[in-house]
Amino acid sequence: METMTFRHTTKGPLAGTKPQAITGVVASGNLEVLLERVLPPDQCTIEIATPVVGYGDVWEAVAADFVARAQPGGLRIAINDGGARPDTVSLRLLQGARLMETGR
Amino acid sequence: MSLSWYEASARQRVAALVDAESFEEFVGPEQRAMSPHLPLFDLPRAFDDGIVVGRGRLDGRTVYLAAQEGRFMGGAFGEVHGAKLVGLLRAAVTETPEAVLILFDTGGVRLQEANAGETAIAETMRAIADLRRAGIPVVGLVGGRAGCFGGGGLIAGTCSRLAVSEGGRISVSGPEVIETNKGAEEFDSKDRALVWRTMGGKHRRLAGGADRFCDDTVEAFRAAALDLIGRAPAFDLATLEAEQARLEDRIARFGDCRDATEIWARLGVNDPAGVPALSAADFDGLVAGLEGTTHDAR
Amino acid sequence: MTDWRRQRTARDARIAAGRAHADGKVVAAADVVDLLEAVLRPGDRVCLEGDNQKQADCLARGLSACDPDKVHGLHMVQSGIVLPEHLDVFETGIAKRLDYSYSGPQGARIAKMLYGGQIELGAVHTYLELFARYFIDLTPNVALIAGVSADRAGNLYTGPNTEDTPTVVEATAFKNGVVIAQVNQIVETVPRVDIPGDRIDFVVEADTPFYVEPLFTRDPAAVTETQILMAMMAIKGIYAEYGIRRLNHGIGFGTAAIELLLPTYGERLGLKGRIATNWALNPHPTLIPAIEAGWVEQVHCFGSEVGMDRYIAARPDIFFTGADGSLRSNRAFCQTAGLYACDLFIGSTLQIDLMGHSSTVTTNRVAGFGGAPNMGSDPHGRRHPSDTWMKAGREAQQTGDPALMRGRKLVVQLVETFGDGLVPAFVEHLDALELARTIGLELAPVMVYADDVTHIVTEEGIANLLLCRNADEREQAIRGVAGYTEVGRGRDKAKVEHLRARGIVRRPEDLGIEPLDADRSLLAAKSIKDLVHTSGGLYEPPARFRNW
Repeated sequence: METMTFRHTTKGPLAGTKPQAITGVVASGNLEVLLERVLPPDQCTIEIATPVVGYGDVWEAVAADFVARAQPGGLRIAINDGGARPDTVSLRLLQGARLMETGR
Repeated sequence: MSLSWYEASARQRVAALVDAESFEEFVGPEQRAMSPHLPLFDLPRAFDDGIVVGRGRLDGRTVYLAAQEGRFMGGAFGEVHGAKLVGLLRAAVTETPEAVLILFDTGGVRLQEANAGETAIAETMRAIADLRRAGIPVVGLVGGRAGCFGGGGLIAGTCSRLAVSEGGRISVSGPEVIETNKGAEEFDSKDRALVWRTMGGKHRRLAGGADRFCDDTVEAFRAAALDLIGRAPAFDLATLEAEQARLEDRIARFGDCRDATEIWARLGVNDPAGVPALSAADFDGLVAGLEGTTHDAR
Repeated sequence: MTDWRRQRTARDARIAAGRAHADGKVVAAADVVDLLEAVLRPGDRVCLEGDNQKQADCLARGLSACDPDKVHGLHMVQSGIVLPEHLDVFETGIAKRLDYSYSGPQGARIAKMLYGGQIELGAVHTYLELFARYFIDLTPNVALIAGVSADRAGNLYTGPNTEDTPTVVEATAFKNGVVIAQVNQIVETVPRVDIPGDRIDFVVEADTPFYVEPLFTRDPAAVTETQILMAMMAIKGIYAEYGIRRLNHGIGFGTAAIELLLPTYGERLGLKGRIATNWALNPHPTLIPAIEAGWVEQVHCFGSEVGMDRYIAARPDIFFTGADGSLRSNRAFCQTAGLYACDLFIGSTLQIDLMGHSSTVTTNRVAGFGGAPNMGSDPHGRRHPSDTWMKAGREAQQTGDPALMRGRKLVVQLVETFGDGLVPAFVEHLDALELARTIGLELAPVMVYADDVTHIVTEEGIANLLLCRNADEREQAIRGVAGYTEVGRGRDKAKVEHLRARGIVRRPEDLGIEPLDADRSLLAAKSIKDLVHTSGGLYEPPARFRNW
């Protein structure tokens, strides 16, 4: 297993008030994303645990693009990965952010 | 559009099954109660260890629920997964909800933590017996992609009532296990039509192994759960003796059958080969016209 | 004096030798080896029918059981290397040389045997190319073919999987060759005559029905959100944009997703009747919902698909069927249709390089091409216009007299940036080049060349290569949709944004598509069972695809 954590500063907090959301399932080629609104409004951390080693630079790029796009200030995001492809990771992160924003 | 039970995740099933916004999770994912064993095998963990447990309302009545996630480790029982289920059931004994629902989706015990898993199976069955003795119905719902196998199949056998959809399968030994032990001539696990007519929802309903057949939608499972809670059998000597008699009679009637279709023919089904293609409504009509498929034992 | 009838005389001698093991034309399955040993001569060119789907497997087993002292040094010419026996004959020396087209399931073993020198390779062809050579310089001495039934005179019913048979028989029977057919059954009267009896010299009643692989069945249950997103982009950004009515689809899950989105997403976009009406396509089960919803006008097929026969027979307005009601397929004609009469080919691949060359070859497999390069190429011999073709031509034109402009076929690669096991689909150099060096192929096995590809669709967006005006733009357009692969991360972000402003790179949001809307609820069928239901119970999927 490989674990990594990325810390980002955002322009502001993510919209919405939902304290917590989870999306996705840990399965082959899939992942789960747990989002908790527990950090200062301009901070975001993304913690990853993955059985596929050696893709740290890809995770870093995916996380940075997600933060730039969603500006998920205030969120502690944790990922349990089942070997998902980067596009699936992006999609789940965006789904998670939308859940936190809209409550749906 | 109605949500497919088979396609939905455990969380989606729970959320859509109970009254809107009524679900309250125990030991949620934020508590990170994860398997202590899987990292030893370099395997990923899940924040909820593949089972969602909690409390919700069904038509206003409080129920306790447990839902297995069949896509994580095949929904298999590990130490934390099992402990969450056992804990829920034991809490229900003291908290006395109107019913407990178990949304099965499991291949059995997780190989990586088999001892803990096997123990959890036994403890679960004991807890179900306690609940039923206290007059609280325990209803099993089976319709996920992992089916209900191994210890899950044993637990299902102790429930007050079971509802199953076409995609759901209930058995102890899975198709691959049977093939490995007995050979492909005995049971070809790749012949999926054979697998489903032997272990699938329609056969389980016809053979009396399940009490209600439902369409693959959350609405259908909700209706089934409400119906089955309302007609859970008493848990007493008479019920157990009736169940024993039912099983003995089943062996006597069908013990020499080589294929499920032979059993269906003996049950009085006119076109056994046509059964797999029947819609849920037509299948219910068929079942209603047969003797001995609805009974009070379990 | 010149003897102009040497081939005819030799053929008569082979047939006479074979007759010793036959009752008229009919040969028992147990006598196949004797028959083949009597008819074949060392060094013969032999076409053993191995199609994309149907296999002359009884004859293949017979050939591999022949005595290598009697039968050896054969030159095999066949479109598909599919069964183990197809390669076994090279290990025993029965066969020596090979010209073929597709070797999907045997791709790894064939690479090993090529490398070990057990096979003398002529070339890896496309279907049409190999068929063409049957008539020019690879004409078979003996053809071993498969059909469903035959009468005692040899009239052959191929069944819905006609596939390559007419082409093989045409090349063999009319050029002094011997044609041996295996059939599942000898009957009094065949349901329809697909091959007249005077072209068939021997009929073997096979011990088991010929093998057919359900190659074109994609279970909707396995379609992912990413594939749905890509399908939405293809429909809105390409099908609608160019008004594509005449087309061919590859066999991947991406194209299956497109088929399943036509009656839902396509309907919502108001595209019914305006796109995807006329097809060169095998009878994909995933096309059933679109057919039932009235989207499809007609479909011509290369071959059939297991379980689709009753459905096809009940939809003669859509499919080509015989007087008996069953499908008549024909690979050569359908390939020609795909090449000349379709405005779009869309399919998947395993690797794409920085210029857009693509290949399904990986370092240890020689899978061959099948028909993809025929479908996936711009036919310069085309002379009929269509709006789609002309629009693509206008986009591609860089220089020259507009009055002399011609159209372009759209050749679209639909690829997820990462394949199974996180293997990137975008690479600096194709593995095919390395393989060609290793085993000494004169031509690198490229499936679709860069100059034929017009669009690349990934989950990140669409790259329109027609609009690229130089190699650098092309490279950045490809990098610009290559996602998080090394190729994708190696992009010049400013250049890609510039290409985006010119509409050369288009993101989902540029097309008005929200990636989070890419949901399985959009699929017109979510399972094989849904397909059965939609077909009114006419589709009968093979057991391995059932879960009921």
